[in-house]
Amino acid sequence: MAEEVKLFGAWGSPFSRRVEIALELKGIPFEYIEENVSDDKFKSPLLLKYNPIHKKVPVLLHNGKPVLESLIILEYVDETWKDNPILPEDPHERTMARFWARFIDEKCMPPVWKALLGTGEEREKALEEVRECLKTLEGVLNGKRFFGGETIGLLDIAANFIAFWLRVIQEVSGLEFLTADKCPVLIKWCDEFVSCNPVKEHLPPRDKLIAFMKNWLSGDGWTD
Amino acid sequence: MSKEELVILDCWVSPFCMSVKIALAEKGLEYEAREEDLFGGKSDLLLNSNPIYMKVPVLLHQAKPLCESTIIVNYIDETWPSPPLLPPCSYGRAQARFWADFIDKKLFDAGCNIWRSKGEAPEEAKREVIEILKQLEEALREKAFFGGDTFEFVDIITVPVTSWFHAIEKFGNFKVEDECPKFSAWMKRCMQRETVAKVLPNPEKVYEFLIMFRKMQGIE
Repeated sequence: MAEEVKLFGAWGSPFSRRVEIALELKGIPFEYIEENVSDDKFKSPLLLKYNPIHKKVPVLLHNGKPVLESLIILEYVDETWKDNPILPEDPHERTMARFWARFIDEKCMPPVWKALLGTGEEREKALEEVRECLKTLEGVLNGKRFFGGETIGLLDIAANFIAFWLRVIQEVSGLEFLTADKCPVLIKWCDEFVSCNPVKEHLPPRDKLIAFMKNWLSGDGWTD
Repeated sequence: MSKEELVILDCWVSPFCMSVKIALAEKGLEYEAREEDLFGGKSDLLLNSNPIYMKVPVLLHQAKPLCESTIIVNYIDETWPSPPLLPPCSYGRAQARFWADFIDKKLFDAGCNIWRSKGEAPEEAKREVIEILKQLEEALREKAFFGGDTFEFVDIITVPVTSWFHAIEKFGNFKVEDECPKFSAWMKRCMQRETVAKVLPNPEKVYEFLIMFRKMQGIE
């Protein structure tokens, strides 16, 4: 049977871009459907049908069957298409990759938004929290070229937010989350990651993201 | 496998620890459980093994620490593949992981909103728990277990929280059986399994624990 792979995503979402990177890495052709995620009322009936609980992108549709949640989709893609594996064979290493990927989503990202939207002491505390997380990731990288070793793996893909979005946010807000003096290896990783083949075509246009963030932060609302 | 190879940093009342213990039991694995003192301060071993979250459960396998219950259960399944806890096909596994993630993030916290409230539990908190259970009933459909005929990953992640239901029902003044009979039937099926019955604490003990905990927190 011919494979039918569709991806519901949003241009600015690090989560849906993760799936694009994985599909690119594996050489899987797919149809991309752009969703307007600024409000539930703009989301397509198909997205709401396939993801009724969370109503979010990304949704991967493989031969009509939906797979949800970016990290779960990454594992699904890795298990379904065996070329260029993104998880190591060893169960302990696989588990650590999963653990750190979840760490990025659950520990690193929320304080970024808190720092952006907060003021005074709350902002400082959140900023410090992000810096601690990044320092931890610097340790996890441990001098390697990528988290996955010589080639990008699941954890590199999960960290796309840090490599690209965080640095845009830094530029727009002036908040110094990631600095070369504290995290030199991580900064080098960021540059390597965004310029490597499976990734570079699957990042949002920088100017568009900058304009979007400036707009959003100035309280002019969420425009797509 | 000798006992020394597997150690779980444990807490008798934590549903997240229960999931790990059930998974180990399903695989027929022996382990040492070290109870953390809830009120006496966390052990050095816990703080060193899980510096990020500083929580139980932690599974130490040959002294290497693993944290986060759903991640640990996945590890157990991959390291000791028989009997399998996840479906063989990648789509089934993705679905199992989705529901495990949903339950892990939503169910326990929603229940906490009931027993943590001072005075009468807010209606909204009760509605949330019931809505989550109804969503789980939909996922269950007419199957015996979430995975189908066999007790698997999603069942293992979900069943421990049900040991807190007796307490939540008392504080929230409602009955799960009345609101979600299918879910209630699934609970009873799970409790017939030796691995579950041995690990889950007596719900009355959980209720007593929460009464004491609420008093300590000044919620009573």
